[in-house]
Amino acid sequence: MPNTAESQILAFVRSRYPQAEITGDQDIFSLGFVNSLFAMELVMFVEKTFEVTIPNEELRIDNFRTAGSMAELVGRLSEELAA
Amino acid sequence: MTIVTQAPVAQETSPVTDRASARAFVDTFIVPYAEAYDQAGYIPEELLDRMAEAGLWAPFLPEEVGGAGMDLVTLGEVHEEVGRGCSSVRSLLTVHTMVSWAVQRWGSAAQRQKWAPALAKGEVLGAFCLSEPGAGSDTSGITTTAVQSGTGWVINGGKKWITGGQRADLYLVFARTASSIGAFLVPRESPGVGVRPIDDMLGTRASMLAEVTFDDVRLDADALLGPSGFTAGMVLTGTLDLGRYSVAAGSVGIIQACLEASATYTSAREVGGSVLRDLPLIQAKLSDMVTDARAARLLLAEAGRLKDAGEASTIMATWVAKYFASTAAARHASEAVQIHGANGCSPDYPVARFYRDAKVMEIIEGSNEIQRITIAGQADREVTS
Ligand SMILES: Cc1cc2nc3c(=O)[nH]c(=O)nc-3n(C[C@H](O)[C@H](O)[C@H](O)COP(=O)(O)OP(=O)(O)OC[C@H]3O[C@@H](n4cnc5c(N)ncnc54)[C@H](O)[C@@H]3O)c2cc1C
Repeated sequence: MPNTAESQILAFVRSRYPQAEITGDQDIFSLGFVNSLFAMELVMFVEKTFEVTIPNEELRIDNFRTAGSMAELVGRLSEELAA
Repeated sequence: MTIVTQAPVAQETSPVTDRASARAFVDTFIVPYAEAYDQAGYIPEELLDRMAEAGLWAPFLPEEVGGAGMDLVTLGEVHEEVGRGCSSVRSLLTVHTMVSWAVQRWGSAAQRQKWAPALAKGEVLGAFCLSEPGAGSDTSGITTTAVQSGTGWVINGGKKWITGGQRADLYLVFARTASSIGAFLVPRESPGVGVRPIDDMLGTRASMLAEVTFDDVRLDADALLGPSGFTAGMVLTGTLDLGRYSVAAGSVGIIQACLEASATYTSAREVGGSVLRDLPLIQAKLSDMVTDARAARLLLAEAGRLKDAGEASTIMATWVAKYFASTAAARHASEAVQIHGANGCSPDYPVARFYRDAKVMEIIEGSNEIQRITIAGQADREVTS
């Protein structure tokens, strides 16, 4: 898999839950993984790795459901940063 | 009530910018009076003011709001030094740190502008209100509610064991909303806020604990801090993370204080013709104190380094640091009392206070049991093959 934002996010989720089989379009909430500790780790990982700040209004469940939706959020925030 | 008198006012206060200046501040203004604070059950305003003068309250806030932009490794060192002198003062610092951090991390520009400068200067002191008579470890059991009313909120409920609650100006209150748990900034003077002091605790006796009640407290919309919805829990997680970091630092300070008191005592006290420190069983205790002080300090520094780098792994590193440091503090405080014999049980030596304070460290910001449950969740992630 190429080193896209999605694959990096997936790798992070898998490193936290080594036993889980997760794909980029799978709803991680429906798998029951997400507690507030992991949510915090996820936000920190995304902010650090992609050098973005996620504003409060973007901290919505739909942006974090799948590795794909998180990658989309990253893309959007990076574009805003570049603009 | 015992009245605590402070150091001569003539003494100048220098800014606290690192471990060395923190140590000097603590040795001058805190260590000589810590026993008296403990017995009186409060910290005098004069010390709180001096801490403000020294820039101790929230030096990690950015310079533009009046902080010093201090990195978190240094902040950990500063809190360790304060904890070495007095866990009650360090507790007040911890909860103020939590509130200040939450405002900085999750506040809107307007909320930051409203609160951060006063928090940085220590003009407004913060307290953290999560626990309730019926909900401690299980935070999902809180019953305090925040109901939307017009554009604002109405808060009802009661919080217990609130460090600094007697003195604080601003409460960060966690309350149940229609969809999740929200964090609310509640000024103490809001109509409907009640404060009842809690005295005579086992440890951190001067940390001015209170029960804080909210009876139809009406707040504007801007009282809600941070995101709502599924990530609202992150405000709590993040705030507790910083509190845990500070308590870990304070616990390292307790170990260091036990070590220093025990090293001094064992080189003076003679039994059966030899000084205590020459006895192998006493040496075993001292060697463990030296080792654990260093180990705990390193775990803390690593958690701080990861925070400064914005690494997600800081959260678990902080759990581990707090678990190690708090349990080691309780163990060594017990041994420090043992080493001092009857003197250790008296108010003439500080180790009895360390012993009582150390026990509290095993309960607050995630009890031992909760720490072990959380850290056990890390086990799978540590498998490298
Ligand atoms: C000095 C002091 C200062 C404090 N300051 C504050 C403050 O500023 N703000 C605030 O909000 N709160 C504060 N607290 C409250 C503190 O956070 C709680 O005491 C703590 O979270 C534990 O909750 P609890 O006392 O209700 O114990 P409980 O949750 O009732 O737990 C009782 C015992 O059961 C154990 N236990 C709980 N769950 C489990 C489990 N699943 N498995 C095994 N064992 C378990 C606990 O570890 C504990 O030993 C303070 C407490 C003290 C003593």
